Amino acid sequence: MRFVDEFRSGDVARQIAERIAGLVEPGRHYKVMEVCGGHTHAIYKHGVEDLLPPEIELVHGPGCPVCVIPMGRQDDAIAIAERPEVIFTTFGDMVRVPASHGSLLDAKARGADVRMVYSPLDALKIARENPDRQVVFFAIGFETTTPSTALTLLRARAEGIRNFSLFANHVTIIPAIRAILDSPDLRLDGFIGPGHVSTVIGLRPYRFIARDYDKPVAVSGFEPLDVLQGVYMVMRQLASGRNEVENQYTRVVREEGNPRALRAIAETMELRTSFEWRGLGFISQSALKLRDEFADWDAEVRYELPGVRVADPKACQCGEVLKGVIKPWECKVFGTACTPDRPIGTCMVSSEGACAAYYNYGRFARRRGREAEIAGLEPVVREPASA
Amino acid sequence: MCLGIPGQVVEFVDPEHHIAKADVSGVRRNVNVGLLSEGSEAVDVGDWVLIHVGFAMSKIDEQEATATRQFLETLGEPYEEELAELKGSQIE
Ligand code: SF4
Repeated sequence: MRFVDEFRSGDVARQIAERIAGLVEPGRHYKVMEVCGGHTHAIYKHGVEDLLPPEIELVHGPGCPVCVIPMGRQDDAIAIAERPEVIFTTFGDMVRVPASHGSLLDAKARGADVRMVYSPLDALKIARENPDRQVVFFAIGFETTTPSTALTLLRARAEGIRNFSLFANHVTIIPAIRAILDSPDLRLDGFIGPGHVSTVIGLRPYRFIARDYDKPVAVSGFEPLDVLQGVYMVMRQLASGRNEVENQYTRVVREEGNPRALRAIAETMELRTSFEWRGLGFISQSALKLRDEFADWDAEVRYELPGVRVADPKACQCGEVLKGVIKPWECKVFGTACTPDRPIGTCMVSSEGACAAYYNYGRFARRRGREAEIAGLEPVVREPASA
Repeated sequence: MCLGIPGQVVEFVDPEHHIAKADVSGVRRNVNVGLLSEGSEAVDVGDWVLIHVGFAMSKIDEQEATATRQFLETLGEPYEEELAELKGSQIE
């Protein structure tokens, strides 16, 4: 379905909402997880939940790459950045993430050469221009950004750029979904699958959710109507007892994903035996590292890293938030000790983190209401019950 | 970093390295189009693509590009930040 013309029309949203309501079985409570942080952001920003019947709860998932990097890896990143020969390059999202002794920005203030880049190719350019320095790129993200890192690495090798290396922290979404499905804390009815990750991996990797766990999946786009329609597709499957992987986002996502991107990843990276996720703990085969033949470009090989596992800050319940066990505002320090300006946990740092999204668009909805206006879709005005 | 932003391919700058210039809301910067170089996904000048961190990840049609841009504009700050970061980009 196309939303180009209908996009600004609240009528369409209400029609879908009505159809969703018509599918609710009386007395049943539904929990649908939106896996991707981009969905979380859109849901809070546009008050999508307000259009849903009270029986349907949207549960926010682990798909925010900034949020899931554990404290210990952030410490390692800072240890690399503080080496005098290093220019440490990173996406802007990562510089405010709190580590054991402050953030990358704090390290920069102490004299570390930390530079924010838009693309890993910008980091490679910095390496070309600074042959007497070591340029390290903090590679993070799900399958949306992994191919970019892979292609940058291939280019570095082709050009023989030796003063460039990657601190690889790429994670894969499927094992995280499996971990959540296996977690005893949470009973879910279905999933809104991530749109952009799926442009790379396609639909096949989600099939186990339908096959082995009997849950419906709808891979969806990021506009509020996309998310609503994704919920509708999940509800329609539940109502008719089907468990399938459906594609709401056909205008961008192809069934087979992007084979060229998958090949670039496979050529340069392999699965780690295990990787720690913030709040979710160690998940086997859930992250990627560089293949041995790229050891010369691997910051983990090149530098001695602390590699210490550091417990998350005690006050922070990001783990529960990332698993969808609690809502952001149920965290004791939400909005008081922890705010986007002074975040305690990662979920408050990225605008896609559930805590930041809720803080920005829930608590302060009235102030932001005007910006949030999208004709017909009322901005969310919902005060946290506990605040 | 997670936002896919729509841009139109305006010229090929360095075909050997799959570098093309794209126009994103009036900002013209080089991006890598190597992931869209095969079969029906191969991009041409005039095509619209979704760009993540300097890489064109998928081909979209013009209507979709317009709708996506309108949506991103409603997000406000996150899109402005993404555009500001793109402006600072100097991919070769
Ligand atoms: S509000 Fe802050 S401390 Fe609480 S879970 Fe969210 S990020 Fe962590």
